[in-house]
Amino acid sequence: MTRSPEPDENSKPSSNIGGGGGGVTTAMRVIIPLQGVVQGRGGVFLGSVIPCALFYFLQLYLRRNRDDPREADDRSNPQNSEPRDDSGSSGQQLAEIHGFHRTSSRNLLSPRSPAGRAYVSGRASVIAKSPGGSESPYYAGMRKATEDPYDETGNPNGIIQLGLAQNKLTMDLVKEWLVKHATEAIVGGGGDDGDDEHLSINGVSTYQPCDGLMDLKVAVSSFMSQCMEHSVSFNPSNMVLTAGETPAIEILAFSLADAGNAFLVPTPYYPGFDRDVKWRTGVEIIPVPCRSADNFALSITSLDRAFNQAKKRGLRVRGVLISNPTSPVGNLLTRETLYSILDFARDKNIHVVSNELFVGSSHGRADEEFVSIAELVDEVDKERLHLVYGLSKDISLPGFRVGVIYSFNDTVLSAARHLTRFSPVSGPTQHLLIAMLSDVQFVQEFVKVNRERLRRTFDAFAGGLKKMGIDCAESNGGFFCWANMSEWISSYSEKGELELWDKLLKTGKVSVTPGSCCHCIEPGWFRFCFATLTEREIPVVLERIRGVAESCKSQS
Amino acid sequence: MVFKLNNQLLSRMAIGDGHGENSSYFDGWKAYDSDPYHHQNNPDGVIQMGLAENQLCFDKVEEWLKKNPAASICTPEGVAGFKDVAIFQDYHGLPQFRNAVAKFMGKVRGDRVSFDPDRIVMAGGATGAHETVAFCLADPGEALLVPTPYYPGFDRDLRWRTGVQLVPIECDSANNFKLRMEDLEAAYEMAKLNNIRVKGLLLTNPSNPLGTILDGDTLRNIAAFTNENNIHLICDEIYSATVFGKPDYVSIAEIVDEDRKSGRNVLNLDLIHIVYSLSKDMGFPGLRVGIVYSYNDVVVSCARKMSSFGLVSAQTQHMIGSMLSDAEFVEEFLGANRARLAERHGAFTGGLGRVGIRCLRSSNAGLFVWMDLRRLLKEQSVEAETALWRVIINEVKLNVSPGSSFHCSEPGWFRVCFANMDDETMEVALGRIRAFVAKHKEAMKPARKLCAQSSLKLSFSGRIYDEFIMSPRSPIPQSPLVRART
Repeated sequence: MTRSPEPDENSKPSSNIGGGGGGVTTAMRVIIPLQGVVQGRGGVFLGSVIPCALFYFLQLYLRRNRDDPREADDRSNPQNSEPRDDSGSSGQQLAEIHGFHRTSSRNLLSPRSPAGRAYVSGRASVIAKSPGGSESPYYAGMRKATEDPYDETGNPNGIIQLGLAQNKLTMDLVKEWLVKHATEAIVGGGGDDGDDEHLSINGVSTYQPCDGLMDLKVAVSSFMSQCMEHSVSFNPSNMVLTAGETPAIEILAFSLADAGNAFLVPTPYYPGFDRDVKWRTGVEIIPVPCRSADNFALSITSLDRAFNQAKKRGLRVRGVLISNPTSPVGNLLTRETLYSILDFARDKNIHVVSNELFVGSSHGRADEEFVSIAELVDEVDKERLHLVYGLSKDISLPGFRVGVIYSFNDTVLSAARHLTRFSPVSGPTQHLLIAMLSDVQFVQEFVKVNRERLRRTFDAFAGGLKKMGIDCAESNGGFFCWANMSEWISSYSEKGELELWDKLLKTGKVSVTPGSCCHCIEPGWFRFCFATLTEREIPVVLERIRGVAESCKSQS
Repeated sequence: MVFKLNNQLLSRMAIGDGHGENSSYFDGWKAYDSDPYHHQNNPDGVIQMGLAENQLCFDKVEEWLKKNPAASICTPEGVAGFKDVAIFQDYHGLPQFRNAVAKFMGKVRGDRVSFDPDRIVMAGGATGAHETVAFCLADPGEALLVPTPYYPGFDRDLRWRTGVQLVPIECDSANNFKLRMEDLEAAYEMAKLNNIRVKGLLLTNPSNPLGTILDGDTLRNIAAFTNENNIHLICDEIYSATVFGKPDYVSIAEIVDEDRKSGRNVLNLDLIHIVYSLSKDMGFPGLRVGIVYSYNDVVVSCARKMSSFGLVSAQTQHMIGSMLSDAEFVEEFLGANRARLAERHGAFTGGLGRVGIRCLRSSNAGLFVWMDLRRLLKEQSVEAETALWRVIINEVKLNVSPGSSFHCSEPGWFRVCFANMDDETMEVALGRIRAFVAKHKEAMKPARKLCAQSSLKLSFSGRIYDEFIMSPRSPIPQSPLVRART
């Protein structure tokens, strides 16, 4: 079914009202033309949109009515407040008070009066209620796991968290480094400024360039090269640092697209994109479905189809947002695929944003080659290429909030430098990371050990699932097993998938991410983050999953 | 076919100049950046007096950090906490951090009010906090009222990505730039007449750039006004711990508390929001800790989700959490901070006063003075102000910020920051001003005569002058401390 552009246009006024609370009269102004559309064209689609819109207005109407008593309360307030104002004031102030009584009564009569409660913004009410906000399984699972976390001795019946992308496998190395290099503590100043030899927070806590210290950019560049086995070298002056990948992606969305434009994003994708790309920017995401039959590899045909569908809906596509290694699946994009994406982007004259968050965590076979988008830069094309990176995954420091925008487009870089003022990296953290990432030996060792451990844990976990008959997609990078549990779901639909997810959480006490949160079009896939598991926990988790799987089998 | 990507392919935001950094406020920074003063290496460089940074109490903080090595997780004492901190990415923030900040905010307000740690929302500095509030309260095209002069960054923080407008309320020197209720009402009515949907009023209290505070009654009246008109009241209180003189500071939180404790329950708390930060009060702008404290549950929940876009590093949270939990330290820090700011303010305004330059007399807070150079202007216009400012930057070599960048309605006012330097640098700055004024004595004199011609102006400035000299806050040094220094 293809969608016609009309419904989108029609639904816009309704959202404006949500923000403005214009009232029933405004609502009627929208409903009447809506009726016109129905009579004019009809169709299944409009048949569904119009009842929705009407229902929305009904709710709006009810909400206004429910608020009335409260408004009345508020209106009676001035009288109450008068004595108080009188007590502490002179005659002049009294006059002022009378002054605004008069104006306020005029307000109530004026057609433009802001009668009704003061609304928060439309954006805020959407976010506060949004399913993508807190109540999608992705966030609900995380919350549950935080409330009742598993602990081998303290809380052996708690929930094991496999829903949050974090890597605890190699944290001991980072900790060890800190013990050894404690002299370079955040307040050490570390001799990078010969001026103050003594302990000083001057230079750490004072104002700094908001897009990150040059020293840290240099250190991050070399770390990125290290993760990519030196196949690319990065220029620190093309880099902007932000407080995590979340703002990095949002800033790129703000810079590359206007509200109402769209990005093509291959599915399954990282659930956070819905927040990062869409929430505050008003930019849309057009999912580009990938299928299990091709191990979720991206095909240009589906990219092209999605582009054309978007165009038909009247959406202007501004770019493709890819992840490499893909998340959650974990496969690497081949050089050919990347070239064809670039050709596609050139052909359509759009941007390519490559999210290479997991590059240092690629743990696949040696013959699988990781190709960064930065490798493919040639003079003509580089202005449309942008890379997103961060230190939360590859060096497992998500709490430190360091994200990276690497772009070849000077205008984007300059905009990003201004925009990152809203989400800068904290000073002490920058200084600590400069010291840590500049230690080449440590970085080499870390990346190597991290890869080994990821591979080992992946093999153990995926192997365990395999024994139960659960297949995982082939993965070469990242923290996830992308597991096919479609045989265990009661009905081949999102509903069946969520039932199993709920059972895993409540009965199995394992928090995972259902594929529907990643916008996977095939039901029954689940994302398991294995990188938080210790060797001892793996059998515990597998046992719990087996328990749930068996109960499913016996039911069917 | 291959065609080069042009700017049309970027968003309007990326191409536009909504960041506002083309204003002279930021120009001055660039001048400073290219030629910064250093007492040895570059004694003729530009002295930065455009940056509201508080460096007067760094020694206290350093002392504390030395005594508490465990607070920073990268010392042998603190590394035990490393694992928990490094992976902590919950947007609620570390509980210890939230508790400590809530307690600190109460302490700054003399423990007259308490704050609920569950309402503390993190943001990337006050910049991020303001933007978050604007995102939460207003949709594109809607407006917030802001009394002028106001912080130049608001044009960026509140407007740029949110699409929200700012409607200025003009205040002038006739009553020391105090916000008058009738001006507030008039601006509100005018906005409505122009079909602008006003969603709230933004107050900076203590004011940046004025360094003044709102008295309790005015604040009560303003709160009553916003309440009655059902618009939001956003109080930017990031300078609350810099109040160094009488009268005492009154926070909106106290007005709320008063309202609730007296049982009147007049104020609709859903309309009241506070923006806070540690950049000014603690002097930690590099730590990028901004706080949104809202009494509205929807705003708290929404802002918290949005704080994913500007989370404070967990390491910093941990450090701040430990530091601000230390009640003894906080007490001592706040006391020392006030005393030193008072001393510096006295010394600086005293130095200016001796060469005949006045500053806004009612100032008792902030990291800056609001300097009156109207007499040095060739004519009372923004152009003349900008011309004078260029002279100050290029010849006097001081980066001060002209009033026009703060949307001040009267030309000739300048914001001069005094807390981001040591005593020696301040003396150098004063010496430069002295030399400049001496050179322009002729210019100063006719200006005075000009004033004399207009009897209105004469009595007006005379009044200011008297009160300026006689007031207990007079910058003419009176305290033994200040006298001893000079």
